[in-house]
Amino acid sequence: MNFSYLLDPEHWDPDATGGFPQLLLAHLGYSALALLIGLVIALPVGLYIGHTGRGSFIAINAGNAGRALPTLGLLMLMVTLLGLGLLPVLIALTVLVVPPILTTTYAGMRALDHGVVDAAKGMGMRPWQVLTRVEFPMALPVIMSGIRSALLQVVATATVAAAVGLGGLGRLLIDGLSVNDYSRVLAGAIVVAVLAVALDLLLALTQRWIVSPGLSGRAVARTRRATTT
Amino acid sequence: MSRIRKIGAALTGVALALSLAACGADEDPLANDSGGAGDSGSVTVGSANFTESELLGEIYSQALEAKGVTVTRQFNIGARELYLKALQDGSIDLLPEYNGALLAALSSGGAPEGVSKPEDVLTALKKVLPAGTEVLEQSPAEDKDTLTVTAETAAKYNLKTIDDLKAVANQLVIGAGPEWAERYQGLKGLKELYGIEFKDFKPLDAGGPLTVNALKGGDIQVANIFSTDSSIVQNKFVVLEDTKNLYLAENIIPLIRTESNNATVTGALNGVSAKLTTENLTEYLAKVQVDKQDTATVAKAWLTANGLV
Amino acid sequence: MIQYLTNNSATVLAALQQHIMLALLPVLIGFAAALPIGYLGVRFPWLYHPLINTCGVLYSIPSLALFLFLPVILGTKVLSPVNIVVALSIYTVALLARTVADGLRSVDTTVTQAATAMGYRRTRLLLDVELPVAMPVILAGLRVATVSNISLVSVGTLIGVGGLGQLFTRGFQLFYMEPILIGIILSVLLAGLADLIIVLIQRAVTPWARFQRGGAA
Repeated sequence: MNFSYLLDPEHWDPDATGGFPQLLLAHLGYSALALLIGLVIALPVGLYIGHTGRGSFIAINAGNAGRALPTLGLLMLMVTLLGLGLLPVLIALTVLVVPPILTTTYAGMRALDHGVVDAAKGMGMRPWQVLTRVEFPMALPVIMSGIRSALLQVVATATVAAAVGLGGLGRLLIDGLSVNDYSRVLAGAIVVAVLAVALDLLLALTQRWIVSPGLSGRAVARTRRATTT
Repeated sequence: MSRIRKIGAALTGVALALSLAACGADEDPLANDSGGAGDSGSVTVGSANFTESELLGEIYSQALEAKGVTVTRQFNIGARELYLKALQDGSIDLLPEYNGALLAALSSGGAPEGVSKPEDVLTALKKVLPAGTEVLEQSPAEDKDTLTVTAETAAKYNLKTIDDLKAVANQLVIGAGPEWAERYQGLKGLKELYGIEFKDFKPLDAGGPLTVNALKGGDIQVANIFSTDSSIVQNKFVVLEDTKNLYLAENIIPLIRTESNNATVTGALNGVSAKLTTENLTEYLAKVQVDKQDTATVAKAWLTANGLV
Repeated sequence: MIQYLTNNSATVLAALQQHIMLALLPVLIGFAAALPIGYLGVRFPWLYHPLINTCGVLYSIPSLALFLFLPVILGTKVLSPVNIVVALSIYTVALLARTVADGLRSVDTTVTQAATAMGYRRTRLLLDVELPVAMPVILAGLRVATVSNISLVSVGTLIGVGGLGQLFTRGFQLFYMEPILIGIILSVLLAGLADLIIVLIQRAVTPWARFQRGGAA
């Protein structure tokens, strides 16, 4: 294992094209954009299906269907159809993040305690209020787990953008492979993995902060441990 | 009986059924890495990750098969840096090469001075080949790396030769395979030999669709495209003349592991090299690139037209 | 598309065969390895969190990088399919070890207590009670691992071994849609078929699940 590429300060210069800071920024850009578009699509659809129970077939099967689509093939197909540029990459990555978010949003909504929902209705809440004040906050821990797994996947997979001539940390892998520079490939792998783990931690912290303490995963875990041991 | 054992048995059964179905006709894919060892009649043919290399690999394969040699195909491996490694570790035994580019890749600090004619390149190449490998007879067919621009760019900056780029290169972006960043016959040689430094380098692919489309779309202004590529004629691209011979002779030549070579193999491949010309290669390559015919079909047509099968 | 298929049936079939081998062998290896690893995570609770975190990190290594590194670590040849098989086995373990642990942890304590009272020892308790009860969760994880393996194999084409992925690069180099589409469709069909088989196995080994949903099937 040769860490020379990773540790070379020249590669950490923010102004160097092809240096870590610029690649990292592009990589984050692709991942964040895809995740954002994915959220905008999957969250409302998942909430709607979960709330009404209509179309649950789609939500259940979207997860596996999405995973079955090979991202590299989809990306190459999109570039063949649409030409070079950011759009094909965003489409391929969005297709990757929608299924986990959609499936978990639906699952989170269906797993709710019906008594609570009935109580909310009994208190005279309108359907919209039930959804936003009761169902969504209660389903949030499960939804967040879907977002976290989508994020892990998209950060690791955004590397394929380099295979069709775009930037991002995948450049280190593709270029390293082309010039037989394993030190560079290793650097790419490490930076991607560290980035994925760091972002996951960030989301975990966000989760603690936004999930109502009454139903945070911690409390659930504590009860579960208390009952199982 | 435990359910777990039942599940285990069921899974094993499914896996067996699938792998039996999978191994019905052809070779076991997992047996590939033993390819090339041993008897005289078995060769694993490799190719680089661009269309012409795959077509040539297919022509070699079918020519060998016509002589009764068992062939395993392992095409589309990657750039030279990767496939030479695969050749040396025995993953593949044979692949089509270009004498000048191979010489430049194997000589540290670029090709030796004053070597540019096909015969001289071959002589120099034989001195630097990796241990355990050899080249057979080279063909008259050449496919050179080029620096190519669109007709508009050529007119705008009045470009005819690579030398003409010197004055305007700081406004131009060049695109090529990622390996170009490190090669002498890439950015290094352009800087040393011609004194040219471009505004930016975009790592794309080895003269493939990314490079061609980036040139068409204006993402890059100068592209590394191979001289036999159909896109040059199709798009009326302008190939800049290499006045200082950065690119040496680029004759197509079989590179083979010595232990896999024998009289039958040499005979078949030399037969191909004798008939292969720049013109017929360009013509048949267009059948793949433009008409989208399958490489196997085109290779067969070439061999038939040249009386080799 | 039909025409491409008939003209290139040999190439497409060979790619499909390689794809099946490269995707499913790791599922078996990974499943076999994940069972004991997941069990350890439950048997020794202090192991659970390090285990889950390690799996998370392993899963976030880009597949291309893993494909490239294994020859260096294992001493295999650069084009050896073994690299792909080992890499995908690692991902399978990373996915399944956690599911196995979670599945075992989710077994209702009253069930294990009842079994213990009936005289089950630790090993038989695990094999005959805990694992079967946890099986729906574990098999759900297996479905995810199998399907994602099938789609990951194609990344191997960037280093010359990629089953149906070879059709992607072939089409891409010529800017030609048909091979890419055929590769995607076959890959998705294969994933669907494998998924279906696991669902059928799940039904066969967890007959009680049907009763819980109300009435005999």
